[in-house]
Amino acid sequence: MKTSRSTPKTVIGVVLTAFMLFPVYWMLNVSLMRTGDMRRDPPYLLPLHPTFSGYRAVLNDQLPYLGTSLAIGIGTVALTLAVSAPAAYSLAKLRPMGGKPLTFILLMAQMIPGIIMAMGFYSIFLNVGIINTWWGLVIADSTLAVPFGVLIFTAFMSGIPDELIQAAKLDGAGSWRTFVSIVLPVSRNPIVTVSLFAFLWAWSDFIFASTLNSGGSMQPITLGIYKYIGNNNQEWNSIMATAVVASIPAAFLLVVAQRYVAAGVTAGAVKD
Amino acid sequence: MSNTRAAIRVPRVETQVSARGPRVPRLPRFIAWAYLAPVVIYLIAFYAYPLYRNLDLSLRDYTVRSFVSGDAPFIGLDNFREVFADPTFWPAVIHTAIFVVVSIAFQYAIGLALAVFFNNNFRLSSTLRALFLVPWLLPMIVSASTWSWMLNSDSGVVNTALNAFGLPDINWLTSPTWSLVAVILANIWIGIPFNLVILYSGLQNIPDNLFEAASLDGASSWQTFRHITLPLLRPVSAITLLLGFVYTLKVFDIIWIMTRGGPGNSSTTLSTWSYELGFGSLLPHFGPGAAVGNLLIIVAMLCGLLYIKFQSSEASR
Repeated sequence: MKTSRSTPKTVIGVVLTAFMLFPVYWMLNVSLMRTGDMRRDPPYLLPLHPTFSGYRAVLNDQLPYLGTSLAIGIGTVALTLAVSAPAAYSLAKLRPMGGKPLTFILLMAQMIPGIIMAMGFYSIFLNVGIINTWWGLVIADSTLAVPFGVLIFTAFMSGIPDELIQAAKLDGAGSWRTFVSIVLPVSRNPIVTVSLFAFLWAWSDFIFASTLNSGGSMQPITLGIYKYIGNNNQEWNSIMATAVVASIPAAFLLVVAQRYVAAGVTAGAVKD
Repeated sequence: MSNTRAAIRVPRVETQVSARGPRVPRLPRFIAWAYLAPVVIYLIAFYAYPLYRNLDLSLRDYTVRSFVSGDAPFIGLDNFREVFADPTFWPAVIHTAIFVVVSIAFQYAIGLALAVFFNNNFRLSSTLRALFLVPWLLPMIVSASTWSWMLNSDSGVVNTALNAFGLPDINWLTSPTWSLVAVILANIWIGIPFNLVILYSGLQNIPDNLFEAASLDGASSWQTFRHITLPLLRPVSAITLLLGFVYTLKVFDIIWIMTRGGPGNSSTTLSTWSYELGFGSLLPHFGPGAAVGNLLIIVAMLCGLLYIKFQSSEASR
């Protein structure tokens, strides 16, 4: 009885998903379109005459941007982990004075609109002379992930049994030793979640890139696409091919690390 | 409240210690703070200081030259007065309100419907649910440029679909009537996954036997939804809506990439206006731009406070 009732639901589910993902399909379809077919009305709904010229354009024009985005992403992950994991260990297990206000500040920090941070960073970066550098973007992008990272790590580390940490202490391990050889190894899941999101947010950032690195020699892929749209708005196959390539980290996340994604979305929002 | 919790904790720790012998020394406070030091320094340098600089920007008369030299004269609230008197101000406020309310209403309604639908475990349900996350994971510029092309007046697939139903072409991005609708449409699409995931996890926490009892009592699925699902989901709904509000208020990329707030001011919101003032032209108005940003932050913070208050009262129940 169960299967007979669930088959129509599966069909409805597939139709809904197809409808929802139509823009993604369309991006792929247009990325394979010949330039001459681009203005065709009605457009080809299927890539019947696929061309890879759009992707060749990506290889020719966008590789440096992709490399910069990769570097910014990795730098952001490293900075975020280095700052947030120790703080969470303290908040979860060492019970510092002022821990509660700090958690409150971290929650509020997530609410600050990016444009405000961008303007503040712009005036600071200009004074310090690090405007238009890729690693300046590492600093700015990490602000998207650090509060999230501390909250995720704290939630997880609070669940590590106190006995485990007491046992390490009894064996003579100092707090740093306990952190490095007990707490961090068991925190593999939140490390993956925080790293993935920090990378994804840095990779996707547009507002910091367009304000803090608009004239730099090393720019991320979001600016690569943005300039593409501005410069040659006839060759949408190239633009969409770049968009497809820029979506690879998201696709990777979905296929390889799906359970971490849902954990990241719900973390902080819903208390279990 | 934090005092009472600390008071409860301390004896617990000490009983543990005495049970295992007196050898475990309690950590001095400064060690706990040593681990917090990086994040505290980080927050001061990369949150508090930019926010302070932004506030400073909004209270001074900055030009490109004084931006570098840093000797802009203090003008008090003149930037705010200038912003309030600007003909763009009220349209931007109204567009922001429409953008936020309409986006959230649709995101929430569609997200809830999908969450209820996916709460029935059918074949492929978890795979399909995962695929629904795609719009949320894609970089904004990818979604925004894809929607731009789909909504293109002449060659866009959306107008093709409208024509197929006998409807005329719509100038989604180039007519002042439709530009706000267009960016809201794209933003709803991006926000559905977030609502779906959070509401779905809320539904998962409702015990199955409640639904079983309702169906034994002969409740229709609408009655079940109305009298069981919706009331029990209320805390999660409130959190979803409040977070959605804050996130939607922040939206900048999608509007800027699709319409740049135009044509005219027809899709300008407070975020895009702030960006436009500060960075959108060759002659930047950093002061007014920062002033608009500071207005935005006040609204966001109020919502943030509501959210935190709500969440902690839920957690203590």
